[in-house]
Amino acid sequence: MLHIGPNNPAKAFHAFYLGIAVSTLCFTQNAFSSSLNMTEGVTSVSKEIYSLHMNIFWWCVAIGVVVFGVMFYTMIAHRKEHGAKASNFHESTFLEVLWTLIPFVILIAMAVPATSSLVKIYDTEEADIDILITGYQWKWKYEYLGEDLSFFSNLSTPNNEIYNRLEKNPNYLLEVDNPLVIPTGKKVRFLLTSNDVIHSWWIPDFAVKKDAIPGFINEAWTIVDAPGIFRGQCAELCGKNHGFMPIVVEVKPENEFNQWLSEQKAVAAKLEELNSTTFTFEDLVTRGEQVYLNNCAACHQANGKGVPGAFPSIAGSKIATGALSDHLNIVIFGSQKNPAMQAFGAQLSEADLAAVITYQRNAFGNNMGDSVQPKEILAFKQNNK
Amino acid sequence: MSHGPAKGIGRWLFTTNHKDIGTLYLWFSFSMFFIGGFFALVIRAELFEPGLQIVEPEFFNQMTTLHGLIMVFGAVMPAFVGLANWMIPIMIGAPDMALPRMNNWSFWILPFAFAILLSTLFMEGGGPNFGWTFYAPLSTTYAPPSVTFFIFAIHIMGASSIMGAINIIATILNMRAPGMTLMKMPLFVWTWLITAYLLIAVMPVLAAVVTMMLMDIHFGTSFFDAAGGGDPVLFQHVFWFFGHPEVYIMILPAFGIISAIIPTFARKPLFGYASMVYATASIALLSFIVWAHHMFTVGIPLVGELFFMYATMLIAVPTGVKVFNWVTTMFRGSLTFETPMLFAVAFVILFTIGGFSGLMLAIAPADFQYHDTYFVVAHFHYVLVPGAIFSITAGVYYWLPKWTGHMYNELMGKTHFWLAFIGLNLTFFPMHFVGLAGMPRRIPDYALQFADFNMISSCGAFLFGAAQVVFLFNVVRTIFSKSKASAEVWEKPTGLEWQLPSPAPYHTFTKPPVIQ
Amino acid sequence: MDTRTKILLLKINTSVVASFVFAFFVLPPLYDVFCDITGLNGKTAGRYTVEDDRFNQIEDARNIHVQFIANNNESMPWIFKPRDFQVETIVGKSKTVFYFAQNPTLNDMVGQAIPSISPAEAARYFHKTECFCFNNQPLIAGESADLALQFIVDPDLPKHIKTITLSYTMFDITPEKRTQLTYNSN
Repeated sequence: MLHIGPNNPAKAFHAFYLGIAVSTLCFTQNAFSSSLNMTEGVTSVSKEIYSLHMNIFWWCVAIGVVVFGVMFYTMIAHRKEHGAKASNFHESTFLEVLWTLIPFVILIAMAVPATSSLVKIYDTEEADIDILITGYQWKWKYEYLGEDLSFFSNLSTPNNEIYNRLEKNPNYLLEVDNPLVIPTGKKVRFLLTSNDVIHSWWIPDFAVKKDAIPGFINEAWTIVDAPGIFRGQCAELCGKNHGFMPIVVEVKPENEFNQWLSEQKAVAAKLEELNSTTFTFEDLVTRGEQVYLNNCAACHQANGKGVPGAFPSIAGSKIATGALSDHLNIVIFGSQKNPAMQAFGAQLSEADLAAVITYQRNAFGNNMGDSVQPKEILAFKQNNK
Repeated sequence: MSHGPAKGIGRWLFTTNHKDIGTLYLWFSFSMFFIGGFFALVIRAELFEPGLQIVEPEFFNQMTTLHGLIMVFGAVMPAFVGLANWMIPIMIGAPDMALPRMNNWSFWILPFAFAILLSTLFMEGGGPNFGWTFYAPLSTTYAPPSVTFFIFAIHIMGASSIMGAINIIATILNMRAPGMTLMKMPLFVWTWLITAYLLIAVMPVLAAVVTMMLMDIHFGTSFFDAAGGGDPVLFQHVFWFFGHPEVYIMILPAFGIISAIIPTFARKPLFGYASMVYATASIALLSFIVWAHHMFTVGIPLVGELFFMYATMLIAVPTGVKVFNWVTTMFRGSLTFETPMLFAVAFVILFTIGGFSGLMLAIAPADFQYHDTYFVVAHFHYVLVPGAIFSITAGVYYWLPKWTGHMYNELMGKTHFWLAFIGLNLTFFPMHFVGLAGMPRRIPDYALQFADFNMISSCGAFLFGAAQVVFLFNVVRTIFSKSKASAEVWEKPTGLEWQLPSPAPYHTFTKPPVIQ
Repeated sequence: MDTRTKILLLKINTSVVASFVFAFFVLPPLYDVFCDITGLNGKTAGRYTVEDDRFNQIEDARNIHVQFIANNNESMPWIFKPRDFQVETIVGKSKTVFYFAQNPTLNDMVGQAIPSISPAEAARYFHKTECFCFNNQPLIAGESADLALQFIVDPDLPKHIKTITLSYTMFDITPEKRTQLTYNSN
């Protein structure tokens, strides 16, 4: 009989599993290294789940050692080429009952801690803060209930990094423009729902993963004791950009949180006011330049000339020097043809949209002389949805 | 009656011979395996390193969806039906399947189903992009227009499976040779009988759930739409009520194949035949009450989570019995490691590893961390690739000499095995790590900390793919080979198939054999 | 084909049909019943009728926080929000709250609000005696309305639940209403 490579399959299996065993050892050695194992996380629930995970893992390793041990022993000891003669036993009620009962006992040993953890996770004690999380294709909206504050949280990794034109930063795909902010030491309740398809909100460090289902509401909670920044991702296939809707939670000490909250509310109130203001042409252009640099220049460049072959120029473009409604359409609803041009309608305020569109029509040598007001943006959105 | 096959293409189009139809199923499944595998390689190529290089996210989602659908419905299931067609009548001493004309029909609608499914890739809006689990409303309100063709294809596949299952049940229950009592049947026949009952029970559920989708999309009903009083979660309940038995449909026949191969190469009877039968039946029964373990994060009440957690954990008991029985069958045998045995041994080891991760996933609180990560991907590939695929491969090597009358090339078989074995572990073992570290599944691009392991996975995938080319070459070479196989092929194997000459004549057991 | 095979085929085909009928016609309503009983998914039952003096003698008059949330489903441009985010109520006592809805567009529209309760366990103890969600809500262009909800929290509510959150998602059903005039909501 011919053999290939390691001429003893059992030995080759052995070598392979020695490799697996060594990597398993490294895996447990580096249990804290988040690149190989489940994170221990930062909450009492996540720590409990971690120890549950390790507990079952070791049970599996122990069972594996016994089963594979017997198997490798027999593969080495009972080979025909070494003269092994086959015995003929093929039944043993005792053995069969034994290995039905032992796993059963082990399962009970696993089920007990699992049950108690689950009961703890399902706790419905009163929370200090309630946050409504709404999944959108493909971003998250956070609403601080009773606080009159809500905002969207979008991926902030530039397209240039995704398409390998720029070097990727360490938080590649795990960074957002507006993170969710929560205070330390408070019980935060997350209420989850969705605006379109099913999403799933997941922060590994909190061990919180809950589906956001359109029309229905789910809840989860967490208490984080130390400040920090925690990152996660959407965990339910939700369409094209499922891989591009990360979650970032910033945990701040209570006083800093309160300060942040009042600042945000002030900003939101100001924005609200701006949306109903009528701006002068000059104000729109000044504001628009800033909005342009923050949101558009990454692709269309600060000089408005774009990148030939990749991003169209705004200077002299058909849209920025054509009908206003076409211009509004592409900025608010995005491009049908080019997915790189996103819909900014929900991301920017009406004031910012009005400003940046006015700016684009009157900069880089474009000289349309017309302008658009926040109120007109609102009307456009409502009539063209 | 004992004439040979018809000549030309007509032999294959109009055949009612179980061996011909078995061959058709096996070749069909083999070609689907390569198409599904090609899609997998597109996925792995894109995931080779962070960033978007080869395909856009939209197309990536179509690849993951079609890879899953084709491997499940196109590669694994037809392969098992092919093996059933070839082997079951022989194993029970029957002249053919009970319903030969329906047998022809149940095969020939399959190529149409998959032609429709694959043609969606070229339709406006692209092919199905909502994952092989096609959760509503992503697969209804938000689906591309081709979803209607997808539904139609699923209906045809379901009809084919149901017809196949009916045929297998009728054959096993009514066509056994005198003296072939139920408890004398080879385990492959037993596991297929139980699988066929599972198919009868759940394929109509799949048909129902896609029909509900069709109604929601085209006829204004609101099964899955909250606005009309429906519920997207209902979809998941109905789907997994089908889906969980479905995953056992893809593994129970594998148990039967392994239970045939290990005794042959251990030269020792199968240990605990009766308990194997009972274990298979209990796994099948349990599969109906565990479906919601796929849905631990959708927000099920505590009592529900506990019930589904306990029920799922219970599955470990009969599955454990099987693994222990195989190991004990090998124990104190006289072992040799020809290619079928290598695949069978790898099956036992790797399937057990997949079982371990399955047990971990059953623990609901831990599942909150594992759910929808690469840990799940690692888990189900460990049970499906070394489980279903390796057992089918083992079965092909084991019975190929009987089918063709020629011996395959052992060196090439072993090369295939080691390439596949190493490729498989390189591909899927690191997925455990990236999953635990937090990489969600079904994403075309990932954060930098997952890069190293993904690169290893991608290399492994291409190695695994290359191994299958060796397989194809070996099979084709065997068919045209000149080396004659003996009737027994192996050393004193048990089973009626080895009493026939190699190759097995076109018509066998027209007179029932005598069963001792 | 012998009789035995015919009988077997009949049996199998019957079970195939039965399985389809079960999955298609029985499972969805069964699921709804199951949801009603267990509050799975936070689904609430339809209109609740108070039986005579069921709530007249309450031994343990607890206070419960009830929170109200409003969501717009995709492409629903209405302004839709609760008048109060949170109210305190006593179990067994009827309470009325309002949601505010406005159609700011230039078109007449019809909306349908779908309720959902969290924790789901509380759903079967939250009785709506009057609710705007029982009907759909037509609002002509620019029109606004206060939408009333009258409810009673059942005294049997498990003690560990101290806050109930009721969420309404407003769906735009204008296109459906154009063709289908009678609409059965819960």
